Amino acid sequence: MLEARDLSVRFGGLQAVGNVSLRVAAGQIVALIGPNGAGKTTLFNLVSGSVKPDAGSIHFDGGEITGLPPHQICRRGLARTFQMVQPFAAQTVRENIAVGAHLHHRPRRAALAKADSVATRVGLDAERDKLATSLTIAGRKRLELARALATEPKLLLLDEVLAGLNPAEIAGVIPIVRGIRDSGIAVLMIEHVMQAVMHLADYVYVLNNGQLIAAGAPAAIANSPQVIEAYLGHGTAARLRAESARA
Amino acid sequence: MFGVAVAFAPAFVASGYALNAITMTLYAALLAQSWNILAGFGGQFSFGHAVFFGTGAYAMAVLQVKFGWNAWAALAAALAFGAAVGAFVGLLTFRYGLRGSYFALVTLAFAEVFRILANTFPFTGAGVGLMVPLRASAFDLQPASRAGYLYFILVFVLASLLISLWLKHSRYGAWLQAVRDNEESAAALGVDAFRVKLQAIVVSSTLMAAGGAFYVQYLHYIDPHLAYGPGVSVEALLGAIVGGLGTVWGPLLGAGVLHVLGEATRGLVGDAPGVNLVAYGIVLILIVTFMPHGIIGLLRRRPPTKLAHA
Repeated sequence: MLEARDLSVRFGGLQAVGNVSLRVAAGQIVALIGPNGAGKTTLFNLVSGSVKPDAGSIHFDGGEITGLPPHQICRRGLARTFQMVQPFAAQTVRENIAVGAHLHHRPRRAALAKADSVATRVGLDAERDKLATSLTIAGRKRLELARALATEPKLLLLDEVLAGLNPAEIAGVIPIVRGIRDSGIAVLMIEHVMQAVMHLADYVYVLNNGQLIAAGAPAAIANSPQVIEAYLGHGTAARLRAESARA
Repeated sequence: MFGVAVAFAPAFVASGYALNAITMTLYAALLAQSWNILAGFGGQFSFGHAVFFGTGAYAMAVLQVKFGWNAWAALAAALAFGAAVGAFVGLLTFRYGLRGSYFALVTLAFAEVFRILANTFPFTGAGVGLMVPLRASAFDLQPASRAGYLYFILVFVLASLLISLWLKHSRYGAWLQAVRDNEESAAALGVDAFRVKLQAIVVSSTLMAAGGAFYVQYLHYIDPHLAYGPGVSVEALLGAIVGGLGTVWGPLLGAGVLHVLGEATRGLVGDAPGVNLVAYGIVLILIVTFMPHGIIGLLRRRPPTKLAHA
């Protein structure tokens, strides 16, 4: 469904993403993890079109999308959410979602009806008529999700939809993400909440300093020495192994 | 309903003064509505809407006086010129992603450039301006009665109101307001922000040009300062801001309030030039400070939440 080959982008002297290749198959939830500053969001920006790659190609749903502007990529069925939630502040939750719904529903009434059904799906039913700015951070994350869903994508890029949520809120969002996958929409998610990655992902890519350092099933990734060192520092993997051997 | 009420006004209002007041208020409402479509709904704050107004006014005057066109044909051309200048300004500014104060400054610069050009070239009458001869016939778009001019401007005000209503209830309007509130988010939801903004500026500039064309027909005279000077730009944005940005009825309300205010200050202080501008300035400061959503926002303010629970 999505295939990125050898993507690279450089910001001045910083190689933000270097030679990264990844793929997402239909019906999968794929997670992208890595320490802060690893280049995860930059990779999302490349795939969704807001940053142009210096090298490499992106193919989606049978066609090349490299270098297309964001709105055209969205129209092909690839939607994204933003880590920094960006609601349309002056509008209600329902109107916010309807903007996404309008992509495939021209009449206002149809878009609002679609918005209502998406609001129900992500649990924003009760807040439909509130201003977007009056939502809590958890509500705003759901709103990001809802707007993107309303464009009826084939692939959804989720940029830290769980960040900043408390455990109860996280537990509320996990079934929604799983439900999205089960309805036939593939998901590529950036996530720091490991509990969620372990629960949801079919496949995990690990990014560090702009490079892919590991890829595999979640359980395998969790024990990978490179991954542990990327998060906890050089030599940690060996020390942890030694400690568990002693115990 | 509003249209019907105004349309019957001439039957009841006999005095020329009152008809003129209604007509000039409608004219100000048209300018405010034009500005509101681009700024209130689209978030693009133009500081040089005079560039579209003046283009409409000069097209109307030059085509009639220098080229001998019929006034109706000149009106059509004035609208087309207004749209074309709008598209030109939009292409240049939006293509290069100018927003906020940069967009405001560039539109202001455009108006100034056009003012200087109009001041220079002989076919615009240069600094002397152009007089449109009195003919007083419907064929020449110079109605014999004041009521005729009222209908002239009313048609365009109704058109602008219908466009605003449509913006509130259409996909295009939803997209335009989404671009206003957050361009990145809108693009991520499939909205072509450049195209949406370009369409908005063309609609806005066409309505503004209609205001300019009306001005020439009603007052029979145009010069570079009246056409492209900052006065018209300020009049357009003031009406919209005072009334309520991004609302359907705000610009009309704002234009009415400002007209009354202008007349009142003139009555109080006589004809001292510029005093009405001082009053405008004070009102603008008060409105922005105490009514950030304009008069409409004040009327619409919901009761405090505490009461809702009581």
